[in-house]
Amino acid sequence: MSNQFVQALNLAAGLILLTAVLTLWIRRVSTLVRLIALQGVALAVLVGTVAWHGHDQQLGLLAFGILALKAFVLPYLLRRVSTQPGEAETDPLVNVPASLLAAAALAAISYAVTRPLVALVPSAQVRATPVGLTIALIGLFVLLTRRRAVSQVIGFILIDNGIAVVAFLTTSGVPLVVELGSALDVLLAILVLQILTNRIQAVFGDTDLDGLRELRD
Amino acid sequence: MTVFGVVTALLQVVLVAAVGPILVGVLRQLRARVEGRVGAGILQPWRDLIKLLRREPISAAGTSWVLILAPVVLMGTSLAVAVLVPYVSTRSATANSSDLFAVVALLLVGTVVLTLAGLDTGTAFGGMGASREITIAALVEPAVLLAVFALSLPAGSTNLAVIVARRVSDQAQLASPVSLLVVVALTIVTLAEAGRLPVDNPATHLELTMIHEAMVLEYSGRDLALVEWASSIRLVILLGLTANLFLPWGVATQAGALALLVGVVAFLAKLLLFGAVLGIGEVFIAKFRLFRVPELLAGAVVLGFLAVMAAFFLVQGSG
Repeated sequence: MSNQFVQALNLAAGLILLTAVLTLWIRRVSTLVRLIALQGVALAVLVGTVAWHGHDQQLGLLAFGILALKAFVLPYLLRRVSTQPGEAETDPLVNVPASLLAAAALAAISYAVTRPLVALVPSAQVRATPVGLTIALIGLFVLLTRRRAVSQVIGFILIDNGIAVVAFLTTSGVPLVVELGSALDVLLAILVLQILTNRIQAVFGDTDLDGLRELRD
Repeated sequence: MTVFGVVTALLQVVLVAAVGPILVGVLRQLRARVEGRVGAGILQPWRDLIKLLRREPISAAGTSWVLILAPVVLMGTSLAVAVLVPYVSTRSATANSSDLFAVVALLLVGTVVLTLAGLDTGTAFGGMGASREITIAALVEPAVLLAVFALSLPAGSTNLAVIVARRVSDQAQLASPVSLLVVVALTIVTLAEAGRLPVDNPATHLELTMIHEAMVLEYSGRDLALVEWASSIRLVILLGLTANLFLPWGVATQAGALALLVGVVAFLAKLLLFGAVLGIGEVFIAKFRLFRVPELLAGAVVLGFLAVMAAFFLVQGSG
């Protein structure tokens, strides 16, 4: 296993981790969207590195697909949603220092949980899987603690990125069809959420999901 | 203890002490130019210092020896750190003592002494500034320790000279995820500790936003000159440490006059680069609300923590 491969892999994983932690930190949605785009680039680099290392052309094509979807299309769609009034800043239920500490705890948990997995094949590639699990858990945390619809979408993207990282690092790529299916799922979910936020916005003048707790006839 | 080691140690103190006010001057000049002003020139802080050093210090009625002692201790600890940290060479006479914990403790002693002086004057602003400074210091210290601890794991030592020497010889470490996380954490910490923009505004004299300035309001003459000089030295210390950890090129790892010269030039160039980035970056950001500052520093702590974990799980055994 060449040294450059390990370095590129670790650097991409580190960048993904950094951007995930920063999403908890930053309130302005336009910056959040930029971070998600950066994370998409890092994910594409990660997949591209794995593909280049394994001489897998299909995986290489997939890396370009991921780059296009996660670094350009999704951020573009998110930016369109986030320009609506009342969407400029996120409004976390848990304050920022607490959620950052929670992220640290989640990272520790995922390192502990994936230890048996890493022990199976202790290569550099598998060693980075805790990063993927951490991202997925942070995404779940974002889903739980953010009220705005856009932040919920960002949490959803984080979960998807985390799952993708784990999949590519442990199996050197799931079948193309499966990956395309999951990627299109996310795209579809975001399109649906975009329409949904428009509807919520039109009815309530706000996209605070706490307003949706009460049922009415 | 070789002659080279002693010369290096002395050179580092003189260099850092001389460059401190000039760096502050460069930052102010850059800011002035970006804002479309002419600026006072990069030597203005030195002119101010020389003017103040000639003036008699006046202590307010009711102050104790703490007020007089504080500038001396602050200056002493700053110069001690300037000797210890490997700025120009990793083979200085004091390299064996340049332990991470010693350096952080020395910096903290300076901070605490200055807050005591702020309290000693008994003014509202002094106390307010001291309370804010110590709040920030309490949050900064764990972040610094965690961040540099992450870098010390691959080197197997908490000695800064060993860490820097290891990073010079093994350049693959520079682009590792650990470095990536630590560089963000250390940058935030440097800004907070040196009282730079999103945390404290060094140019302000507006009572509600002052932190550092509020503590030193009662100082005058020589004492004020010492405090200002020591603050500028602390800025050099922190920026220089960050610069040498992430761009360790040029630091002398061998003895010799040429290596030393390269070390000095490289150090000044790195300082200028980091100072320029800081000076221009500061124009575009506003000061944080005081209650947002813990968020910023909590982020630095978490990044430091993640870096330690990454150093432990990702890097060890895989390289």
